[in-house]
Amino acid sequence: MTAFDRRSLLSAAGLAAAAAPLRGLAQSVHRTVQMPFANGTRPLIQLPGKREMILLTSRPPQLETPFAVFNEGVITPNDAFFVRYHLSELPLEIDPAGFRLTIGGHVERPLTLSLASLKRDFAASEVVAVNQCSGNSRGFVDPRVAGGQLGNGAMGNARWRGVPLRALLDRAGLRAGAVEVTFNGLDGPPLDAMPDFVKALGIDHARDGEVLVAYAMNGADLPFLNGYPLRLVVPGHYGTYWVKHLNEIMVRDTPFDGYWMKTAYRIPDNDCTCVVPGQKPDKTRPIGRMNVRSFVTSHTDGQRVAAGATTELRGIAFSGGAGIARVLVSSDGGQGWSEARLGEDLGRFSFREWRLGITLPAGRHRLMVRAFAGDGEAQPLEPRWQPSGYMRNVVESLTVEAA
Amino acid sequence: MRGAGLILAATAALAGLAMASAGLAAPGPRGKAPAARPVTFTLPEETIPEDLADAEGEAVVNHCTACHSLEYLVTQPRGKGAQFWKDEVAKMVNVYKAPIEPADAEAVAAVLARKFG
Repeated sequence: MTAFDRRSLLSAAGLAAAAAPLRGLAQSVHRTVQMPFANGTRPLIQLPGKREMILLTSRPPQLETPFAVFNEGVITPNDAFFVRYHLSELPLEIDPAGFRLTIGGHVERPLTLSLASLKRDFAASEVVAVNQCSGNSRGFVDPRVAGGQLGNGAMGNARWRGVPLRALLDRAGLRAGAVEVTFNGLDGPPLDAMPDFVKALGIDHARDGEVLVAYAMNGADLPFLNGYPLRLVVPGHYGTYWVKHLNEIMVRDTPFDGYWMKTAYRIPDNDCTCVVPGQKPDKTRPIGRMNVRSFVTSHTDGQRVAAGATTELRGIAFSGGAGIARVLVSSDGGQGWSEARLGEDLGRFSFREWRLGITLPAGRHRLMVRAFAGDGEAQPLEPRWQPSGYMRNVVESLTVEAA
Repeated sequence: MRGAGLILAATAALAGLAMASAGLAAPGPRGKAPAARPVTFTLPEETIPEDLADAEGEAVVNHCTACHSLEYLVTQPRGKGAQFWKDEVAKMVNVYKAPIEPADAEAVAAVLARKFG
């Protein structure tokens, strides 16, 4: 599927360039942003199909959404949607006419499907759902941990359209004893020995009718960097399961023990999914559903507002599939809480807008926002800590100055 | 030769080659039909961060850029101590199978610890 072999080019170029000094390479001049944590200076960069975004890494490309985008509306535009890859051999060319999705393994009838067939031969389904990186907000974790040092912009909400995974599995016909389904994409490791990025779902989850093989996002083809031409959409679950450039689905009659399930993306297996900072969990399990979160999007930390006049606060809230029941806002550092008005309900997997007008006297005020999911889950008032910096969802706060 | 220490000029050269032949071809209209044309992507040009652009940084640059760009290193939290960097390099070798000899791995971890630990 790749127009040319990047590795051989690299090798050839590497030989030619081997004598070149390391200094003297052109340094691109980019505008930068300062994330609100130590060592948080990041360049802004505009990559193909994207607007100017926060660059975390170049190879593989990883981009964070500038937070102001979340105040534009509850749907995150495709060109502002965050980008996360694990392995650096991403495809550099994908031919939609030649692309095939295979469904094999423990099935009656292995399938090889073109994009045209997926769109023509299966009923389409849509869901509005948040995709959030497991390590979103890792830069705020205290004590700090290794990994992608992200602010709060490794999340986004889109209307996904595609074929329910269940329909594909039904067409292929599961054989008795199927227990898991694995998902692999066109992106791969730069070394053969490095574990390829493959994720697994339990058979019941894979067949729940909610998981989609999506070919469209907000009414357009998936952006290249968000998984063109197909990605798995696992509503309510962290982005690690949303395999990009999806081209291989395998049904298994034994549990999958690949690195990206067995070793990576594990969380403490206890009620709080947390440990005492600095400690290791006794027992772990694969990360799964997202926890409930909320943010103020209308104001930023340190912003000035008019004293004695109404300040219209606005933000977003979401959960791992239980919707949002309530959003409470405090303007006195958590002593008193007022209920915000909730905006249009786009479904239980979507961002939900909230709004609240407050009037502040002159002075500094600490604003806090706390969401409650439809199943009663509430954001914790104190942060919970994981060794890998996953699942941060502490109540967010910011200070405004009324004058 | 994969995994041999490549230097960043290689990527810059590649970017130039790729730019000449590709941009982001527009896919089909609104996802209704398969696009007729292949969709391509060009990796952004990589640079050597100032923190690693000295003689001591050369081993780090050569080994680490075989698999990924250098922001992976320089964006990590600072002041985490030498063990933090030993652990990271060990993870690259043991988990991701980076073909780095033990002595080189130790040297790379030591440089990272001196610069960022």
